Amino acid sequence: MNIDLNLIFPEIFLSLSIMSLLMIGVFKKNSSNLIFNLSILTLFILAALILNLSSVNKILIFNNSYVIDDVANFMKILTAISAIFVLSISTDFLKSLKIYQIEYPILILCSILGMMVMISSNDLIVFYIGLELQSLALYVLAAFNRDNVLSSESGLKYFVLSALSSGLLLYGCSLIYGFTGSTNFNEIANNTNQVPYGLTFGIVFILVGLAFKISAVPFHMWAPDVYQGSPTSVTLFFALVPKIAATCVFIRFLYVPFVNMIEQWQMIIIFISIASMIFGAIAAIGQKNLKRLIAYSSIGHMGYSLAGIATGSSEGAQSTIIYITIYVIMNLALFCCLFMLKRNNEYFENIEDLSGLSKNHPILSLSLLIILFSLAGIPPLAGFFAKFYIFMAVIEQSMFFLAIIGLLSTVVAAFYYLRIIKIIYFDPSKEKYDSNHSLGLRISLIVSTIFLVFYFTYPNSLLGIISKINII
Amino acid sequence: MNIPILSSLIFLPTIGAIFIFFSRSKNEKYNSSKYVALFITIANFFLSIYLWLIFDQSTSDFQFVETREWIPGFINYKVGVDGISILFIILTTFITPICVVSVNKTIKSRLKDFLISILLLETLMIGVFCSLDLVIFYLFFEGGLIPMFLIIGIWGGERRVYSAFKFFLFTLLGSVLMLVAIISIYWLTGTTDVVKLYEIGIDAKYQNLLWLAFFSSFAVKTPMWPVHTWLPDAHVEAPTAGSVILAAILLKMAGYGFLRFSIGLFPIGSEYFVPLVYILSLIAIIYTSLVALMQEDMKKLIAYSSVAHMGFVTLGIFTLTQQGLEGSIFQMISHGLVSAALFLCVGVVYERMHTRLIKDYGGLVSIMPKYAIVFMIFALGSLSLPGTSGFIGEFLILMGAFKKNFLVATVASVGVILGAAYILWLYKRVIFGKIKNQEVTKMLDLNKHEILILWSLAVPIIFFGFYPEPLINTMEVSINNLIDMYNSNLSNNIVMSK
Repeated sequence: MNIDLNLIFPEIFLSLSIMSLLMIGVFKKNSSNLIFNLSILTLFILAALILNLSSVNKILIFNNSYVIDDVANFMKILTAISAIFVLSISTDFLKSLKIYQIEYPILILCSILGMMVMISSNDLIVFYIGLELQSLALYVLAAFNRDNVLSSESGLKYFVLSALSSGLLLYGCSLIYGFTGSTNFNEIANNTNQVPYGLTFGIVFILVGLAFKISAVPFHMWAPDVYQGSPTSVTLFFALVPKIAATCVFIRFLYVPFVNMIEQWQMIIIFISIASMIFGAIAAIGQKNLKRLIAYSSIGHMGYSLAGIATGSSEGAQSTIIYITIYVIMNLALFCCLFMLKRNNEYFENIEDLSGLSKNHPILSLSLLIILFSLAGIPPLAGFFAKFYIFMAVIEQSMFFLAIIGLLSTVVAAFYYLRIIKIIYFDPSKEKYDSNHSLGLRISLIVSTIFLVFYFTYPNSLLGIISKINII
Repeated sequence: MNIPILSSLIFLPTIGAIFIFFSRSKNEKYNSSKYVALFITIANFFLSIYLWLIFDQSTSDFQFVETREWIPGFINYKVGVDGISILFIILTTFITPICVVSVNKTIKSRLKDFLISILLLETLMIGVFCSLDLVIFYLFFEGGLIPMFLIIGIWGGERRVYSAFKFFLFTLLGSVLMLVAIISIYWLTGTTDVVKLYEIGIDAKYQNLLWLAFFSSFAVKTPMWPVHTWLPDAHVEAPTAGSVILAAILLKMAGYGFLRFSIGLFPIGSEYFVPLVYILSLIAIIYTSLVALMQEDMKKLIAYSSVAHMGFVTLGIFTLTQQGLEGSIFQMISHGLVSAALFLCVGVVYERMHTRLIKDYGGLVSIMPKYAIVFMIFALGSLSLPGTSGFIGEFLILMGAFKKNFLVATVASVGVILGAAYILWLYKRVIFGKIKNQEVTKMLDLNKHEILILWSLAVPIIFFGFYPEPLINTMEVSINNLIDMYNSNLSNNIVMSK
């Protein structure tokens, strides 16, 4: 038991910090700044603690209901680091919207705690607890700018649809439990040698629920509205961090309890993947709002990351992890640019507002150029390698249909990324934007852009770490 | 030799681009950046000439090979040259400084960004011709889209956005299938190293599909009929320097790809699809020549003539005879010089009159005699008059074609006549005749700058027309080896299938 507690020390540390931060926030007046900085510090320590655990090879604790392994550690560190970036680049934005409050970082920490439980769960009940913990915090975050109608609407919308998907997920869990007699992932795997219909239904419900969480087609309807309505900093959080956890859970579910039922879920995942890739590419073309466009593009990107899992191979899962990592970095950089479109304390989020940006803001537009080409997957930028690894895994399994559809939809998707580049570079310029951005914002943009450009010089930096990860 | 000469060739322009990126200038003209770019590109040219001098012409092996681990156990950064690729490298390093010089007047805004794009493009183009690994090749091949998209889109003419999009999406669409093929080759053979693949060979039953996937990419880039429609648009809208690079080098990447990959890796697929290539090439030669006849825009006419000339190139490559291959390479080099020169010629009068329509000109001979002379040389080069480099190329291609298929060769010969027709008619309408447009009388003849650029292109065209030996000698051994490898692969396969 003692060992078990040591292994979940990061989670314990995080919960204690959340409580103490809440106390400080309540009893100390005007402590927003302090809480923000302390939260970032907490996340740094959290990342360090998990890194410290990474020497541990796969261990199951608490009656095999909680797992500490390489995948979990990598995903947790990624979550923590992206949350650090999210917090540090959104302060300016929150201040100008006058919602720079203590609850914001604390809610983010709460949902991170939920994600960590999700990532490490090896049991249906533990998984569900983690999922709900992160979702509840996210509902509040979506409606955080409560004086704004759009924000309240998106909070409500997200709550209703997400609750529905949680319900489906729970129903799936109960079916699985009913037909296998266990909630533990490993035992489920052992009891699935023959597949009754009920079990298949259970898998379908669980996959539907998870597809909701990562906004894959056909369960994507909430994403554009919620992305557009929520405050941009929350959209940033939505677009990145929950997807890391949800992808990890996807991998966990398909590779541990359902590993013997690949015939049952492979077709579903392939369908979701293809539908997301095509829909994301086509629906984004007509968008005028950048946040909406990011929503559709992230639907497409989720399609690619699912294509990796759809192979059912270890390489496939690794390629998905690489994809999601590079995706997070690309979107982080994109949101940094979005935060820089500020004039007189007003933020701009329409594509038209980028018109002729390159005249007045050469560096910002160069970064956008790199980010957008990278999102489109043009070599030699990092986004190309993300797709490259995915298609390596897909073609290894001779799934040519999926590969060709995927690559063709990158061409369609390239169109709308090019359209933004066209507006930035080819169109007449507008008024200047402010250039007094915070240091955190600038550093984040520069670091992530440099990563995207120079990833090709040393691709092993990421691949080396991830190829050591043992999925199963 | 421990100096990585090829890597320095590839990455020297990038270093120049980074230098220009960080340099600041007090005024908006960025004159100093231009000298930096010029210095870098000329240095690169001399480096490539030095490479040619120390190049061993007696062996078909890849020389100056550099291998570095890139993704361990998977892909190596591997570059090297043989007798075929070295010629394209020299063409690239020769054309790029000319482009840099020619930006003098044509690029009015954001000169610095333009120079950076050109230099990055040079890196990518040389990389394409050097790379000996399929993935590395793909990186360079596709990476070229980004700077070219910007060159057309930012500095282009009125319909630049449409053309830039069309260029980008057409090429990308062609290339993604090649990516699928490259990954499939990796899983079939366990390597993407071209030299190893030459030794191992690829299983015959996959070759047709893989050949088609590569073909889809190269056919768009060449461009072959019916996917050539992006080229006239891109040429017309691109700034002069962009057109020059596009016509002179980017199109050759596809021809080079056919030689290096389609024929080298998939002999059985190539053999199977020879009739398809013949038909598409003949359509390109005849049909686009006829289209070129009817053009009213000078740049568009030259763009269509490029399609026709590249039709000769693909025809020559897939005759799979020594003459055909040598002729194709010669034709590519020659077309690189001639089309670059023709676009520069159009650029010269466009700067003065701001129109590219043929009907706005006429009677230039009395106003701009020096211009009329150089234009004549290039027009003759384009119609491949004996004594110009174009003649050697087309003559060899037709010789190869007659060896293989009499009918195809006869039809292709008609294309030569049509080629003479459109270019001479263009020349007649622009240079001779009465002066209809009074604006023409105000035009100035070539300045020193333009004389330098145009004559530096005219000299090699005439020189190689009379003395093709240096080029032929360089490529001969490699081509013989390529054909031997092709034939032995083919006969092995016939033996195996029996």
